Formats: sequence, C-alpha cells, structure tokens
Amino acid sequence: MTTTSIAGHTVDVNDEGFFVDPNQWTEDMVPALARAEGIDDLSEQHWQVIRFMRSQYQEKGTGPTVRVLGKTSGVTVKELYTLFPKGPAKVAAKIAGIPKPRGCI
Amino acid sequence: MTTEPITKVSIIISKGSLEGVYPGLIMANGARAEGIEANLFFTFFGLDVVHRKRHEHIKLATVGNPGLHMATWLGGVPGMATVMTHYMEHQIDKLDIPSIPEFVEMIADTGAGLYACKASVDLFGLEKNDLIDQVQDIITVGEFYERAAGGQIIFT
Repeated sequence: MTTTSIAGHTVDVNDEGFFVDPNQWTEDMVPALARAEGIDDLSEQHWQVIRFMRSQYQEKGTGPTVRVLGKTSGVTVKELYTLFPKGPAKVAAKIAGIPKPRGCI
Repeated sequence: MTTEPITKVSIIISKGSLEGVYPGLIMANGARAEGIEANLFFTFFGLDVVHRKRHEHIKLATVGNPGLHMATWLGGVPGMATVMTHYMEHQIDKLDIPSIPEFVEMIADTGAGLYACKASVDLFGLEKNDLIDQVQDIITVGEFYERAAGGQIIFT
C-alpha cells in the first residue's frame, strides 16, 4: 500500500493503483485519475460507465466485469473497449476508486 | 529477476468439444479484460467454434473423458452427449457465462483478432462463407506466427 496525492487529496492505493478505501474517492478526482490511465478527454459515456461502476460497487460490494457492464450499463462491449482500450472494467474501476473487479468472464 | 507483464497472447483452439473450447475463450476474453492484446486461431475441430452451422451445437465429450467419472459404457449410450451437454450448459448459464456463439461474438467485440487455419479449412472443404462474420481471415501457419510475433502463444 502506498499513499499518493490525487487532485490535492491524499489517498491510499494498492500496488496496482486501486483505491484501498473507496470512501476516500470524490468525483473531482476523476479527471486526474483518467489522465493517469491515458484518457485525456472524458466523454459523457465515460462518466456513465464510471458512475455505473460506483453505484454497482455500493449496491453489491464489488464492481462489475466487462460482461456484466456490457449487459447492464447501457454501453456495449465494443463501445466499452473504445472508451477504455486498456480494459474497461479494470480501468473504469481504478478511475471510480473501487477495487479491481474479480471474475473470470 | 524482473517480471515483465504479458502484453500480447495468441491462443490456438484445436478441439471441438465444449470442455476443449471454453478454456481458450475464457483466456482470450480475460486477456482483453486486462488490456492484453489477444488473437484467437481456430484449427482442426476447433473450427466448429466459428462454423456458422456448428457453433451452436458443440457438445461435451462423454466418451473417453475420465473427468466425468462415469462408467465408460455409459458415455456411449445414445443421447448421453446431448443430455450431459444440456446439463453443463445449464450450469454454465447459472454462472452467467455466455454460450459459445455469444461468447465468440463478445470476444470479437473486445477487439481480439479471430482467424481460421487455412489447412483445416481446406481439409474440411470449407469456405470463408461457412464461417461466422467475426472471422477476420483464413491464414496459414506462417501468417499465424507473424501475427503472434512479440507475444505468448497458448495451445489448447
């Protein structure tokens, strides 16, 4: 675990860069977190996915996998990979300040 | 020792049974989910996975499959493969794992490359039209190695 500074806030992240405590996350950190993942321009669809990750985590205690995202977020699998080329569920979870979703599918 | 992360995989699917197909599909899909570049190469009976008329009818092997832990003679009873396949498909569906045709479509949507083996296509007397639209090309083994360059190759 390391401590890092994001948009002026001090947060704890694990070795992979995921938030250790999702409660430390605030929406104003999103642009900085996205830039760190190579996403400079956040579209409305990016926000839709990020907010969906967040709400799913709050509801279920875990973030959805790409398969679940494609079925339930309103964004197709194809679009998800255009938005987050380095892995939609993984990258969106990191930006949304939630743990990396675990699931094989 | 430094451990370099895997950035690219090329997965060969050579079997045409349910249990022979899913692992490769799961590995390809999982690679894309991690942001790893992935290619799928379908060869021999693995071609059924991308065969328009056959991809919905891939069965579990009930003969010569000790993993099922049932009597050898029972595996050969007419209809047994169908019954066991239905059972397995039901279990798979319960875990929200997609069916093979749906899974292949999803993997293509993730941006993975899908290729059919030329030698196998010729052997079975098939044409590009017999294969699902997601198959980008029918390629030779040499072309496969070219596309696999710089990554890991996984044979299933």
